[in-house]
Amino acid sequence: MDCYTANWNPLGEETFYRKLELYSMEWGLREDLRDCVVAAAPYGGPIALLRNSRRDKTPSARPLLEIYSASGLLLASVPWKSGRLVHLGWTAGEDLLCIQEDGTVLVYNLFCEFKRHFSMGNEVLQNHVLEAQVFHTEFGTGVAILTGALRFSLATNIDDLKLRRLPEVPGLQKPPPCWAVLSQDRVTVVLLAVGQELFLLDNTSCSVVSPPGLSPSAGPFLHMAVSFTHRHLALFCDSGTVWMGTASLKEKFCEFNTGIRSPPKQMVWCTRPRSRQRAVVLAWERQLMVVGNSSECIRFVLDEDSHLVPELDGVRILSRSSHEFLHEIPEASQEIFRIASMAPGALLLEAQKEYEAASFGKCFLDRFPPEGFVRMCQDLRVLNAIRDYQIGIPLTFTQYKQLTIEVLLDRLVLRRLYPLAIRICEFLRLPEIQGVSRILAHWACYKVQQKDKSDEEVAQAINQKLGDTAGISYSDIATRAYDCGRAELAIKMQKKPTTNYPNLSVPPNPTVPVPVPVPVPVPVPVYTVVLHLKNELNRGSFFMTLQNQPVALSLYRQFCRHQERETLKDLYNQDDNHQELGNLHVQGGYSQQRIEGRVAALQNALDEFYKAKNDFAAKATEEQIKLLRLQRHLQEELDKPYLDLSLHDTVHTLILDGHHKRAEQLYRDFRIPDKRYWWLKINALATRGDWEEMEKFSKSKKSPIGYLPFVEVAVKHHNRYEAKKYAPRVPPEQRVKAFVLVGDLEQAAEAAIERKNEAEMSLVLARCSAATDGAVAEKLNRARAQLLKK
Amino acid sequence: MAAHLSSGRVNLTALREAGRRELREFLDKCAGSKAIVWDEYLTGPFGLIAQYSLLKEHEVEKMFTLKPGRLPPADVKNIIFFVRPKLELMDIITDNVLREDRGRSPQRDFHILFVPRRSLLCEQWLKEQGVLGSFIHREQYSLDLIPFDGDLLSMESESAFKECYLESDQTSLYHAAKGLMTLQALYGTIPQIFGKGDCARHVANMMIRMKREFPGSQNSIFPVFDTLLLLDRNVDLLTPLATQLTYEGLIDEIYGIQNTYVKLPPEKFAPKKQGEGGKDLPTEPKKLQLNSAEELYAEIRDKNFNAVGSVLSKKAKIISAAFEERHHAKTVGEIKQFVSQLPHMQAARSSLANHTSIAELIKDITTSEDFFDNLTVEQEFMSGIDTDKVNNYIEDCIAQKHPLIKILRLVCLQSVCNSGLKQKVLDHYKREILQTYGYEHILTLNNLEKAGLLKAQTGGRNNYPTIRKTLRLWMDDVNEQNPNDISYVYSGYAPLSVRLAQLLARPGWRSIEEVLKMLPGPHFEERQQLPTGLQKKRQQGENRVTLVFFLGGVTYAEIAALRFLSQMEDGGTEYIIATTKLINGTTWIKSLMEKLEPAPF
Repeated sequence: MDCYTANWNPLGEETFYRKLELYSMEWGLREDLRDCVVAAAPYGGPIALLRNSRRDKTPSARPLLEIYSASGLLLASVPWKSGRLVHLGWTAGEDLLCIQEDGTVLVYNLFCEFKRHFSMGNEVLQNHVLEAQVFHTEFGTGVAILTGALRFSLATNIDDLKLRRLPEVPGLQKPPPCWAVLSQDRVTVVLLAVGQELFLLDNTSCSVVSPPGLSPSAGPFLHMAVSFTHRHLALFCDSGTVWMGTASLKEKFCEFNTGIRSPPKQMVWCTRPRSRQRAVVLAWERQLMVVGNSSECIRFVLDEDSHLVPELDGVRILSRSSHEFLHEIPEASQEIFRIASMAPGALLLEAQKEYEAASFGKCFLDRFPPEGFVRMCQDLRVLNAIRDYQIGIPLTFTQYKQLTIEVLLDRLVLRRLYPLAIRICEFLRLPEIQGVSRILAHWACYKVQQKDKSDEEVAQAINQKLGDTAGISYSDIATRAYDCGRAELAIKMQKKPTTNYPNLSVPPNPTVPVPVPVPVPVPVPVYTVVLHLKNELNRGSFFMTLQNQPVALSLYRQFCRHQERETLKDLYNQDDNHQELGNLHVQGGYSQQRIEGRVAALQNALDEFYKAKNDFAAKATEEQIKLLRLQRHLQEELDKPYLDLSLHDTVHTLILDGHHKRAEQLYRDFRIPDKRYWWLKINALATRGDWEEMEKFSKSKKSPIGYLPFVEVAVKHHNRYEAKKYAPRVPPEQRVKAFVLVGDLEQAAEAAIERKNEAEMSLVLARCSAATDGAVAEKLNRARAQLLKK
Repeated sequence: MAAHLSSGRVNLTALREAGRRELREFLDKCAGSKAIVWDEYLTGPFGLIAQYSLLKEHEVEKMFTLKPGRLPPADVKNIIFFVRPKLELMDIITDNVLREDRGRSPQRDFHILFVPRRSLLCEQWLKEQGVLGSFIHREQYSLDLIPFDGDLLSMESESAFKECYLESDQTSLYHAAKGLMTLQALYGTIPQIFGKGDCARHVANMMIRMKREFPGSQNSIFPVFDTLLLLDRNVDLLTPLATQLTYEGLIDEIYGIQNTYVKLPPEKFAPKKQGEGGKDLPTEPKKLQLNSAEELYAEIRDKNFNAVGSVLSKKAKIISAAFEERHHAKTVGEIKQFVSQLPHMQAARSSLANHTSIAELIKDITTSEDFFDNLTVEQEFMSGIDTDKVNNYIEDCIAQKHPLIKILRLVCLQSVCNSGLKQKVLDHYKREILQTYGYEHILTLNNLEKAGLLKAQTGGRNNYPTIRKTLRLWMDDVNEQNPNDISYVYSGYAPLSVRLAQLLARPGWRSIEEVLKMLPGPHFEERQQLPTGLQKKRQQGENRVTLVFFLGGVTYAEIAALRFLSQMEDGGTEYIIATTKLINGTTWIKSLMEKLEPAPF
């Protein structure tokens, strides 16, 4: 059992510390770390490195900004071309912040791709930034700077930039030896040491504070450290004393004298959550010391120049050749492995060794729910997978639980490790919407940005992978494509504007850094893409593009119909859609102010209709042109408006005005069917009251519509006398109706009786009133009775 | 107030309530007093969701109609535009905003509420005009399906049919799918989807896709609907062309019902008081709301008009008998009881008076010779008589220049009943129409042809007789008084669309596979998985609930036919009806007409 505990170092009675190697670094660093600006992101995050920056200040030598995974694999590098760098830091969303002397902060992603920049205020331009710190609170990632004017400025959330310039510190003549940003009760303040005094700077005031219980002999403060959770504070004094207590400076945990009077290069907290021991790690050139509530301390020798990275439950130690982790042994491990432990875990381990059976004890517990065991095994597999040096995310179990699986997946997405992320989702059986489809959607958004692939290739690749996976909105992918200027691809992706997929998740506990979700694009409707394309492409290729996109095309047509009729013409032209072109010309003709314009438009329509092989429409348009010309002629000659009357109304008006010859001419020229012409003529004549002409007309030849219409028309114009003239000429089957219409019930009755038609008899009877038509009614009743008898 | 919405099998008050909630939330976003500027088309549909009192409670003090020029003065803090996302309207809004007096104080805040969707196109348009920044809140109000009655939902999207079939613009289908998603969010996932037609297929695809893209919240509501039936209007072009013969259908045909309101000629509604006969006849049209909240109307609305008279006279007797009761009331208790019933009786009496007047108005028309002739021709066509040659009556009507829409309805009806007209017949009609009504109607005719309402027979095959026989579309022995078949709504013709719904419920579409193939567009079935535990265990004798969605419009007669099926004792299915728009032949044809107004020379 001693093999497990060989590297356990006791601190005090109950706690042990262990330093273990995570990776041997493969980054092949030639410089010493001290010659570089180094920043490593928490939660096993990437390491950013700017070489050469301190020693060589000649402008000709361009320093190199590099980003490595925790295992030392180069993720990306870029020559540093901007101004002098003061500080590097990582945001909670794993973006790199490069704070320059002039107060500009450049934001890069972890592939050294520039994202944006912002400034820490104009004041800094002249005074320069002397020092800077990046800090994480529940509000997000913040930046604090100390300017050449010895003033502090800070922004608590760089995504919602609000700069705060803190008040002046009285009597501050030179940069303080040490300062830190504290977050207390949702307020961010700066704590700084000036000689033997501590000042607390908030928004409005600067107050002196003192740590309780500090030995009077401690001397000036040289270094301070705030814990990962902003709860604890450690102070290093000139006498070599380390004071540890709460960050609120209300309680003291312990004090320890290191015996070393030179300030440590770094001092960071090394405590796991809920531990009874609170310890800090101090690093000097060649020595590492863990001190806590104990008279003893743990010392390690440093072979190389090292850099400490505080974590939630320990400290990572980076050097040129290795990457180590120093942490307190978790309670569970202690229980199992501590020498002479009798805890159940330890016994079980013993038993397992005896029987060589994995998960041995489990079999004896029949009512013990297996979920916990299964989940733990799953978690361990996930952790092992991501700790692999090729992935290089050395998360501890505690960190993993704090980070949550969702955020871990996001981080894999950020590193473009899509297959692993998907594999993990599948392994953990995460619901598709949280897992696989979300990752695929991000993959697709990344894919469309690959400019070296053709639209066709990309669209196909995406389609193949995504297929019909649930919860993926193609419109989001289209938006991304559109953002990278690939509008055509955007159309390809966009089938219909749809819903968003939900935002990436945020870890639940707000007291630790909040990893920022990967931004989710908003959907762009087809219209936007189309209108954009229209402005970007020349007309020809724009139309060609649209041809293959029926949805986009019909939407664009709809737009043109309301806004750009001319363009619509071009669209139809390209399609050789002559029918629609003809229709457009007709429509255009009606907005013409002058008759020549109308005729010209109709002439165009005529041509198109012929091309469309729509002979009917062509002939009709020809007729229309003929009519228009004729109407103009009539209008001039007769000084009466004729234009825009229909053919029917033109003839009607001519007859009304007594121009029978001309009407006749139109009837022949336009080959108006006889029946319609007769109806038209008798209606017009009746309206005019020209009964003489009507009678003449009725005798001109045999009426193609019969003579009932004559009766009807006359009755309609209240001329029974004329109506009666035509009633006898009505054929027998309509005669009853005719006589009823003219009001001659006697004749109607006779006709009905003659035809022996019972229905007609009833019709006449219904019109008979007892007072005046008694005789007729009697006659009818008799006839009907007779008819029914038979 | 909205009790009639909850009277049916599905409580549609919940949908209305959801609509009201959304509206209230928006109004509360704009703090302070408000004036609403209305896109006039929206006032009707909004009236069905919220009355003025609701708006007033949320500090709406003034309402204006959207029109160009300067906004009327109103001492309010907020001006809110309620508009459809149409570019023409954006121009008006721009004009309004630009003319606002910048010097006035306090300044008024502008907001815009798009119904039913925000449109980036419109916003971009506003941006180009430089006014987009003037609007503090730009939101959308997804008024997709509006509850009209306990079993009726409509999107009131006037141009849906035209956009889908003439302009291949499927925006309204997208709204329909969205509306169905909202409905499912409130009433549970609909496990079975059937459909017939291209648009139906499209809507179903979008629904499935929306569900897939947003499965985030697993719907855990017990499903109210068992089945959704999506029907394209172009599967049944015939039905709306025929004259509806139910009471409600005829009111709509003759006077036009808009958002459940009808405007009637006032003469018949003059207060009949002795001594002042005919003194001051009202000149304003009489406006009445028609829905099933009115007991009598609920009873007669779906009856064949010929059966309405007897119901009305029976009711009259009952009511006068009830009023007679007062003479028998002797004791104080009896009198008290009589008085307590009085308001209800008076309401019933005024309702009876109204409907008697309406029935008289309608009767004047239905007994006219022309109505009779027109109906005869319609029925001939529908029963398959002489559909292949030029019809005399139509010719005569054209010669006498009857209203164009009437002509178009008849010609289209003939074309549909003959699976297209012979080229010669078609050309003849078209020429007659152009010469009589004007050549500009060539575009309207073109539209009708594109929509398939008017066409030349291709291949010389007439499928209509087969369809008519298989689906029993023509019933000779129709019983108008006590119907036993849906054909009563057209006095002989059974609406094809409703027949499809009826056959789907029993015995299933498999039996009419052949006919379905003759009708345009695909027919399909989709199933939506329900989480276990939500699957229905049907009680013995419990009816299924089917939602029938008519894409492109539905007539009141079709609704009546579906209600008749719901009420059949052995029917086994109850129907809820949804549509893009409530239509009749006239409004439908009108929506397809091209309005050309010549510039004056």
